Order: sequence, then structure tokens, then C-alpha cells
Amino acid sequence: MKAIVTVTLKPSILDPQGEAVAHALRNMGVKGVKSVRIGKHIELEIEGGEEKQLRAKLEEISKELLSNPVMENFHLDLRAGG
Amino acid sequence: MRFAVIQFPGSNCDRDCVHALQVLGQEARLVWHQETRLDSGEGVILPGGFSYGDYLRCGAIARFSPILPAVKAAAERGEVVVGICNGFQILCEAGLLPGALTRNEGLHFRCETAYLRVETPASRFTSHFATGQTLSVPIAHGEGCYRADPEILQELEAEQRVLFRYCNAEGQVVPEANPNGSSHHIAGICNAGRNVLGMMPHPERCCEVEMGGTDGRGILLGAAGIGRKI
Repeated sequence: MKAIVTVTLKPSILDPQGEAVAHALRNMGVKGVKSVRIGKHIELEIEGGEEKQLRAKLEEISKELLSNPVMENFHLDLRAGG
Repeated sequence: MRFAVIQFPGSNCDRDCVHALQVLGQEARLVWHQETRLDSGEGVILPGGFSYGDYLRCGAIARFSPILPAVKAAAERGEVVVGICNGFQILCEAGLLPGALTRNEGLHFRCETAYLRVETPASRFTSHFATGQTLSVPIAHGEGCYRADPEILQELEAEQRVLFRYCNAEGQVVPEANPNGSSHHIAGICNAGRNVLGMMPHPERCCEVEMGGTDGRGILLGAAGIGRKI
């Protein structure tokens, strides 16, 4: 199984990095980009286990380590195969 | 008083902390993060730096170091625990202090002297000072923007747990004096038990005249339980 955890800053948290990229896009002459938010894409390859239990474990991992619930949200995507 | 200064891979203010504490007449020893024991009656310092290269989030990996359970136990026993800069980030990640430190609002790494307004003398860390007193203490961080839920901020204010706020040289808490965009201009907070302090500025960098200032002395001496006047 492969798990993809996407960690993003909560909407209420300012993302200066995203703002800097949005600014650079404007400097590039790109129009129409309303906002840019930067997050993290984390891939985990997992051996064995049943999907339901894996999902619960990954939720726990995401809350405990991969994201900080004070400032971030996460999205979990579990896929078959490597 | 004796202090254990925890060394993580990537800590870079550990020796400064030991030096500053010794200059102030305190005992200090370095404790490698792989160790698991701290003595009772010993203060704990989580120093500044970039533990684990700031990977994932500042302080996120250090939180799982073997020494951390002992640090948590010490905090719960009421021992003095001080997190400076990266140490503050670790304390927040570990849940010993509420909130989180995020990237500076202006994106810049700020390395300069900041002015801090002492908000209350009602903690050992601020017992040397008067309310409203202005201190000048160096800062050096890229992720020092303090954030917490509105209810937490309210609780911190109501319980007078905001010990230091960024201000200008005149002691006014104004947006221009906030180097990182921290909510409520927060530079340092303590826990409900008032034995755990987290602050982004570096008191250990201003304990000697030769270092350009001595405003950090009161903070560290206070941490050591030594009363006002050196």
C-alpha cells in the first residue's frame, strides 16, 4: 500500500511563503492567480495490514507527527500497490 | 542551581547557555538527547538552534527524542524548564506549552536586537523586573510567529501567562516593533504552573557587558530561583 499525506496550513494561518510565490507570479506577468498556498506532500510505502486498520494508524501518524493540528490540516490518500 | 542543557543534533546555542549560566554562578551540564534521565531539582534548558535540521517542522522531530519523556516528567514535577528559540518551538510541539511557531510574517530571518516589554513580574522568570520594563534581547529566527486558537490566546492573557511582548525602544507595543507577526506580539509565555518558559529571544546572549547587554541576566537568574538584585 502507498499512503499519500498532504499537509496544508489551516486557512486562518497566513502563508508568507505562498504569498511570496504569488508575488513572483505577478512579477512573471501571470494574471488571474488569486492566491498561492504551500503545503507538504508526504509519501509512505507500507507493508501488510488491512486497509481499515492502516487508515486508523495513518490518521494517528498524521495527527501526531506529520502535521501540527494547531496550524495545519491533513488529507490522507491510501492507494493499493507500491 | 544546576541546569541540564539538552543538546540535540543541530542545537547551536547549547554551549552559550552553559557559558551564560556559569557566568551567573550556576552549574550547568550538557545532556545529549539520547540520554533518558534528568536529576530531580535540576533545571532544564532546551537551547536554540536547528534541531534535526528543522525537518518537517521546527521542533517536530526533537519532540520524539529519548530525553523528551524526562523533560516532560520534569515539567510535570514542577522543575524549571526553559525553551529558548528552537527550544520554544520544541516545547510547543511537545505540548508543554500551547500554540505553535510559524514562519515569520515578513518571510525574513530576523537576526537583531529586539525590545521586550515585561508584562508581569509574577513568575520566577520575570521576578527581577517591573511590569512595563523594557529589555533589549537578541533574536535570531525565521519561524517565530506565535499562533494559537483565540480561546488559548484569551486564556494566556487572562492568566497573565504572556511574560514578554515585542515593543519598541520606548516600550510601546506597536505593530512596527513586532519582528515576526506573532499574535498579541507574543515573545514569551509560560505554562499554567509558571515553571515552564518558552521564548523566542535569547537571554543567554545578553548576560555580559562584553556581549552588548545584560538584560538576559535577570531572566536566567530568575529561572535559577535567585531573587532580585545580583
